[in-house]
Amino acid sequence: MTDAPVLAVRGLSTQFRIGGAWRAATRNIAFDLYENQTIALVGESGCGKSITCQTILGLLPAAVARTEGSIVYQGRELVGLSDAEMETVRGKEIAMIFQEPMTALNPVMTVGEQIAEAIRVHRRCTKAEAKAEAIAFMDRVRIPAAAQRYNDYPHQFSGGMRQRIVIAMAMACKPKVLLADEPTTALDVTIQAQILAELRDLCANFNMSMVFITHSLGVVAAIADRVAVMYAGEIVELASVEELFAAPQHPYTRALFQAIPRVDETAENLQAIPGQVPPITAFPEGCRFAPRCPMRMEKCAGRPPRLAAADPASPHAVACFLHHDLALEEAAE
Amino acid sequence: MSAAPETLAIRPPAVWLRFARALWRTATANAAMMTGIALFLAVVIVAIGAPVFAEVDPLDQDLLARLVPPSPGHWLGTDAFGRDIWARIAYGARISLVIGLVAVGIAMVIGSALGILSGYMGGWVDQAISQATNILLAFPSLILGLMVVAFLGPSVPNLIAAISLATIPQFIRVSRAPTIALRERDFIQACRALGFSPLRIMVRHILPNIWPEILVMGSLWLATAIRVEASLAFIGLGVKPPTPTWGGMIREGFEQILNSVYLALFPSLAILVVVLALNMIGDGLRDALDPRLKESKR
Repeated sequence: MTDAPVLAVRGLSTQFRIGGAWRAATRNIAFDLYENQTIALVGESGCGKSITCQTILGLLPAAVARTEGSIVYQGRELVGLSDAEMETVRGKEIAMIFQEPMTALNPVMTVGEQIAEAIRVHRRCTKAEAKAEAIAFMDRVRIPAAAQRYNDYPHQFSGGMRQRIVIAMAMACKPKVLLADEPTTALDVTIQAQILAELRDLCANFNMSMVFITHSLGVVAAIADRVAVMYAGEIVELASVEELFAAPQHPYTRALFQAIPRVDETAENLQAIPGQVPPITAFPEGCRFAPRCPMRMEKCAGRPPRLAAADPASPHAVACFLHHDLALEEAAE
Repeated sequence: MSAAPETLAIRPPAVWLRFARALWRTATANAAMMTGIALFLAVVIVAIGAPVFAEVDPLDQDLLARLVPPSPGHWLGTDAFGRDIWARIAYGARISLVIGLVAVGIAMVIGSALGILSGYMGGWVDQAISQATNILLAFPSLILGLMVVAFLGPSVPNLIAAISLATIPQFIRVSRAPTIALRERDFIQACRALGFSPLRIMVRHILPNIWPEILVMGSLWLATAIRVEASLAFIGLGVKPPTPTWGGMIREGFEQILNSVYLALFPSLAILVVVLALNMIGDGLRDALDPRLKESKR
């Protein structure tokens, strides 16, 4: 843990041009990803998890989106790289897998060719070598009879199998970091568990780190080392899985835990969070969760709290005035 | 979860093979398309085998047999110079088909390339290409062809250039729209996330997904190209006489329309047959590719 992080994100903000003005969809995103570790980004839909991942890979169209802050991958600054420079990073160094395996594959190309293409884009090798390697990868992600299925088209595979193909494509160049954007959300629960196990296994074997987006705390417990809880474009709590599950500090995190249905309680006890995530054009001035927060105080509406450890000795950071008095502006000074 | 092992032995057909089968199914179920294919193939065979089908040279003048009506010696009669009309139609088919196919082929390649580029890149590239397309589309293709030929002079390459230019915007349009839809699809985003270059994404991932649409457009615009070529020849901007062209023959026949109506009639029928055949094929192709249309028809 003392070595430098593989991926260090600092003060990252993604802004979109909406009606002529630039509006920040995410603000002050900061986290470190260490080798062989998995960090989970958790939060409701629309809180900026996917945008953060797409920003890391520079996938957002420059005409409508811009990035502030810094993303350092193995000592190299990614913010500000040209598209051509980013192409050498994408896939080879940092790869991404998507939520919907049904649409993440080209329908008119065989799955084997798609994996082989991913291999050949970043590495000089013959078609035969790429094919052999693609079959090895299909085998690696447990596609039965991989060699025979090389020539099959995506529609001949089930959802779980397609997600394995998508993972094989992303793994094709042995990236150091894998961004997984809700890769198990579209799958049923048994397949979900298999895919999670698969991903954990691949991370360990290929010495790979992972940023795992999900809105399921159950999945977080199964895969992550650390968790960043996101709300309305900000990280509100950042802690190790153990600490977060043992003692969630931010009211939003606590509310998330209360929103998990439990067998031993009746449905009436299920706590929904009142209201909804504000749209990007109507983020509140101070703490963005304040309008929905059950423990709201007067100062919450004034200025945004900064993500900081309540106890300086602990890496468990939270952005809430209940736990400390540090505001975001003071951090900037 | 996986397919049973015995089904693995069945090789899934390649995309083009599946497409060809869909075509065959539609063609056999669609009498109009079958007729279209048969008619067009007949014209192609006549054009290729013109020397076999017409023993007489289309340029041979027989001044003793001028304006002969259709007869055993001259199936479709002779024109004012005593040239055999059947031979001229057969050889004229070569000009029509070559100009049509080459012009549409060129337009297809350039138009789809520009359309995909425009749709995929967006931004100022899209703006520039779309505006140029709109300007070209503002002119009827005949007028545009006329301007180019009038400017460059009538010759086979110039006619091809003129008809290509008039047809390119159609292919830009037909390839741009589906490209925009595809660009937002997850698998294209996945390609980008894997570090594929824009060129690779456009050629390897977008083109194979939209080429059926381009092909349908090609068959329909081949008919238009042949019609435009004939129209240009009719107004005297086609391939120079005495080379036989259908449009040119109609023009010459027009001068004799009161005493020998068949001079203009037969080449007109030839154009009608080809255009009709191509439209039948194009409609059939569209039915084969658009399941929604198929549903509503049956």
